Amino acid sequence: MQHFPCPWCGNRAEVEFRYAGDAGVQRPTRTADDAAWAQYVHFRRNAKGAAKELWVHSGGCGRWFALSRDTVTHTITGSEPVA
Amino acid sequence: MNAAKMRYSGWALLREGLAGQTGWSPAWHDRDPAPRYDVVIIGGGGHGLATAYYLARTHGITNVAVLEKGWIGGGNTGRNTTIIRSNYFYPESAALYDLSVRLYEGLSRELNYNIMFSQRGMIEVAHSEAELEMMCRGANAMRINGVDIEILDRDEVLRLAPLLNGDLNCRWPVLGGMIQRRAGVARHDAVAWGYARAADSRGVHIIQNCEVTGFEIERGRVVAIETSRGRIAADRFGMAVAGHSSVLAGMAGFALPLQSYTLQAMVSEPVKPCLEVVVASSSHGAYVSQSDKGELVMGGNLDRCPSYAQRGNFPVTQSVVSSLVEMFPSFATLKLMRQWGGIVDTSPDNSPILGPSPVEGLYLNCGWGTGGFKAIPAGGTLFAHILATGRHHPISAPFDLARFASGATIDEAHAGVAH
Ligand SMILES: Cc1cc2nc3c(=O)[nH]c(=O)nc-3n(C[C@H](O)[C@H](O)[C@H](O)COP(=O)(O)OP(=O)(O)OC[C@H]3O[C@@H](n4cnc5c(N)ncnc54)[C@H](O)[C@@H]3O)c2cc1C
Ligand SMILES: [Zn+2]
Repeated sequence: MQHFPCPWCGNRAEVEFRYAGDAGVQRPTRTADDAAWAQYVHFRRNAKGAAKELWVHSGGCGRWFALSRDTVTHTITGSEPVA
Repeated sequence: MNAAKMRYSGWALLREGLAGQTGWSPAWHDRDPAPRYDVVIIGGGGHGLATAYYLARTHGITNVAVLEKGWIGGGNTGRNTTIIRSNYFYPESAALYDLSVRLYEGLSRELNYNIMFSQRGMIEVAHSEAELEMMCRGANAMRINGVDIEILDRDEVLRLAPLLNGDLNCRWPVLGGMIQRRAGVARHDAVAWGYARAADSRGVHIIQNCEVTGFEIERGRVVAIETSRGRIAADRFGMAVAGHSSVLAGMAGFALPLQSYTLQAMVSEPVKPCLEVVVASSSHGAYVSQSDKGELVMGGNLDRCPSYAQRGNFPVTQSVVSSLVEMFPSFATLKLMRQWGGIVDTSPDNSPILGPSPVEGLYLNCGWGTGGFKAIPAGGTLFAHILATGRHHPISAPFDLARFASGATIDEAHAGVAH
């Protein structure tokens, strides 16, 4: 079982965490058109290799953080709190 | 004898038996790429190969190449658990998947290649009154869609799958279920090889070890692609690369509403026939069928994080196996033989994407996620129509990429284990 680093709790078993989406998504302004909203809601970079993802420590402290992870090797290179 | 002309028959078997099996020829040619084609299909899985076949057979377009970075059928087509069914909730989905089941019913004859489609029936088990009520709601919708679905009571489920745990005091007791009797399983490699053979015999070039690495785009239109075996030009390009769709789209400069995940499957040691139907349970998040070799073929939900690694993570392997042992207590004595994974392209509404891409001349066949094996004959038929005419077929039109901006999504996400 892989361990993920929670910025608050340290290394914990991967089953304690839940994937919560791409960390690089920017919310459009209120006046944006349908295409821009569709990009925001549905379209993703879906990176092969280095990715920055949002995770939540759902089976632990319940807090959200950004995880830098390689989607091919599953190697983790960083973990930081998000605002 | 010309490979293209050789028919498989009882007579051919007898003749080759007498001749010491010396007269067979390869089922298809391993071609080198030509500099240009009318249509180039990227991805030699079931969808790519079927598309090439229907382009040649239905539309008479034979100057076609299928480019595969590895070997044909080496992606999800050769890694899946081969469930074929059309019990979908929305009319648009039922039209698509039932067309596919009907095409599968005639496919061995059409291709002169035994794809071993066994319509043994698939049961989804309900474990609570609430689940049974939701199942009836789904079954009613499916029947209105014209799909053969029956609700089964507990006794009927246990009669069809006697090894299921019949204890009413367990965590997930069997209370009933729903069956599609026309559903079943087929031989995945045979589907890829059968389409490859039939496409090749009509002049299609099947080119393996040929990875697409870039697009040459002039004034918004793809004119050629870069590959590991050189530049190839074409009038139209179709991509059917499953888990790698976002990678290809990225090369062409756009994004897709897809996320790639590993989906894993595994088999037990082979045993004598003990399970006649396919059995799935959404509460357990697992499903199983028995292969002709006797192995129990099992799978469950997606892995827990996005991934391009073609292997499964341990927590999901563990949950699939423990669920199956709960469902079928006697399976606890079996050994697990093999486990593997494929990269599936999941879409936000669990429905595929078919039609034009944002770049002119490039068309999409993707988003099949965990359930596109059943759709190969229909996906090929519709994608061939799109590539030949430049327009949608009525059945493919609702699955256009535009639905994500218009909001007309086809949300099949209710289908728990959506294979
Ligand atoms: C474990 C598992 C179980 C499944 N169970 C079922 C099931 O029971 N029923 C069901 O209906 N579906 C099931 N599926 C889903 C099904 O397998 C897929 O939806 C279907 O096979 C997709 O077919 P395809 O031809 O689009 O993709 P693939 O068969 O994956 O083919 C795509 C091909 O594109 C190639 N490619 C990628 N990038 C490039 C490039 N740059 N250049 C050239 N070639 C490239 C790949 O090598 C690959 O061979 C399952 C999938 C998995 C992984
Ligand atoms: Zn924590």
